[in-house]
Amino acid sequence: MSIHAASRPDPVTGARVTPIYRSTSFVFDDTAHAASLFNLEVPGHIYSRISNPTVAVFEERMAALEGGVASVATASGQAALHLAIATLMGAGGHVVCSQSVYGGTINLLAHTMARFGIESTFVQPADHAAIAAAIRPTTRLLIGETIGNPTMTVLDIEAVAAIAHAARVPLLIDNTFATPYLCRPFEHGADLVFHSATKFISGHGTVIGGVLVDSGRFDWEGSALFPTLTDPYPAYHDIDFVDEFGPAAMAARARFEGLRDFGAAMSPDTAFALIQGLETLGPRMDRHVANTRRVVEFLLEDEFVEWVAYPEVPGHPDRSLAARLLPKGAGAVLAFGVTGGREAGRRVIESVEVFSHLANIGDVRSLIIHPASTTHQQMSDAELEAAGVAQGLIRLSVGLEDPEDLIADLGRALRRAHR
Amino acid sequence: MMVGVDGRQVFIHTGGGPAEVEGSRVVLVHGAGMDHTVWRYQTRALAHSGRVAYAVDLPGHGRSEGEPLPDIEALGRWLIGLLDALEVERAVLIGHSMGSFAVLESSIAAPDRIKGLILLGAGDAMPVHPGLMAAAGAGDHLAVELIVAWSHTGSGRFGSNADPGSWQQGTGARILERGLGRSLAVDLQACHGYDAGAVAASVAVPTWIITASDDRMTPPAAARRLLEAIPGAVGSTVPAGHFALLDCPRLVQVEIVKGLEHFESGARATARG
Repeated sequence: MSIHAASRPDPVTGARVTPIYRSTSFVFDDTAHAASLFNLEVPGHIYSRISNPTVAVFEERMAALEGGVASVATASGQAALHLAIATLMGAGGHVVCSQSVYGGTINLLAHTMARFGIESTFVQPADHAAIAAAIRPTTRLLIGETIGNPTMTVLDIEAVAAIAHAARVPLLIDNTFATPYLCRPFEHGADLVFHSATKFISGHGTVIGGVLVDSGRFDWEGSALFPTLTDPYPAYHDIDFVDEFGPAAMAARARFEGLRDFGAAMSPDTAFALIQGLETLGPRMDRHVANTRRVVEFLLEDEFVEWVAYPEVPGHPDRSLAARLLPKGAGAVLAFGVTGGREAGRRVIESVEVFSHLANIGDVRSLIIHPASTTHQQMSDAELEAAGVAQGLIRLSVGLEDPEDLIADLGRALRRAHR
Repeated sequence: MMVGVDGRQVFIHTGGGPAEVEGSRVVLVHGAGMDHTVWRYQTRALAHSGRVAYAVDLPGHGRSEGEPLPDIEALGRWLIGLLDALEVERAVLIGHSMGSFAVLESSIAAPDRIKGLILLGAGDAMPVHPGLMAAAGAGDHLAVELIVAWSHTGSGRFGSNADPGSWQQGTGARILERGLGRSLAVDLQACHGYDAGAVAASVAVPTWIITASDDRMTPPAAARRLLEAIPGAVGSTVPAGHFALLDCPRLVQVEIVKGLEHFESGARATARG
């Protein structure tokens, strides 16, 4: 499916690879066709902010890989998260979010969405009682990451989904670290998934993109908490999205309102790169995981490494959970602590030669970063502590190089840091 | 909207069209274990084409109350009761899969109430594999997977449908999951026990059969036998599988409109296609 879903030879030219349809707009058959497209009577493309043929192939393939009904591609992973929130609630809404998530997610929820009247409560993802207790009458969404960033905690998706569903709200999972190759959250009860497609889906560090996937399983009508999906919407002549789109109601509202009005659409050039990334997702992830396991083995034995956070490591609190949710491997991101604290960590980062020091993950190249001074830099000390981000924590995203080269590079850097 | 039929509330989706129009009344009837959402691409288009569309959730399906009806004959009679509840004197009935059998029976029960039939995913019989029947009876998700695999064939195998971002195998699975454990097993039994070929000669209303060329649930040969057995029936073909209405929504829309215009012109079918 990562190669063939949504793709077929071009009926006009015979081109086997999905072309880049670099066109803002698409010609109508006649005025009646135009009117029917605008009134959502027939499917098709109008304007590339709302949909585009190249982007649609990426979207459909992502929906297929995640096992959903539809997806909406966005300009970035952050845009996908914002799209989900803005589609499901307005001012007065409330989100319960895991503390072990990307710093950008925490910023968006704690500071930016709060400015628009949407409040958030952050909880330890393993504390299920705290999650349940954080839910308010105004809660409209629970959010967590399959593998938490950067602490490598694994979310018990099934248990958290049950808590969400008991409160008649959906669970949104950031599946960026795992990709659908390693974990399909819908099979464990999640209702919505989003990705920073920039990472492993692209795989090559070339494009910024995101995607929101709708499982089609959440009962919006039964919940009765989501008027954006179940009440008449004046902007489309009082359309009722659940009545009209059935299981794909949420994705439809996200596209026809969210992309139309917020405009955070993906470009067809980006979609082309992401489609190519998906075509090799499985083999790449297998190699990412194999390399990561070799690096973890090395770090566990190194005298200058205090601890290693990777869900497959003996003693990791989520090891058995990872074995259940991530049987093919727990991804290619890990964290470790260096003896000597923050200063030693700084010297390690400045001593590596194969690893690249930058703010990204999921590249063919191996990457290294110090979260406390970069990705989580905007967070206070208290927020860092709550998120489990130690001052000396170093995060690695293990690439596809020869693992022995990676081990040699890390070994040299650790030695240099302790001269 | 909700209407009462036989003392039970029934959900009908009308596609958001204007109610005060003079055009044909069109009732869309879903297949086994499904609901009105399988017609999502046809209902709104019909409702804005000068006609009034009623995509119904059969009893025990979707948002309708009650238990699923046990056989096709009962479904056929129930649809006439639905027309009474809607105060519709004559309607075009469009049925997919089990729905095609149901509307055939309606036309036999009350031909004067039927302006025409459009059948999609139809055949002279619909034998159900014992393995599928057993899985459906046990509420086993395997039943959903089997139907999806056999229904999204041909152009639907790898997707690439006209609706941006939609993965129709997922849509088909979600709709069927709602019927699993509630209606699917009863419906499959009803399909298995019905002999459409035996009643076809009694159909006395204009009939248009849309055959899906890659249909593995009701193969083209079965559709052709039904077409040849219904007096004056005509037909057309779309390049899709059993869930053509999801996988090739625009083509199915076009063929439905052809059928409606055929009935609305008052012409009695004479050709076979």
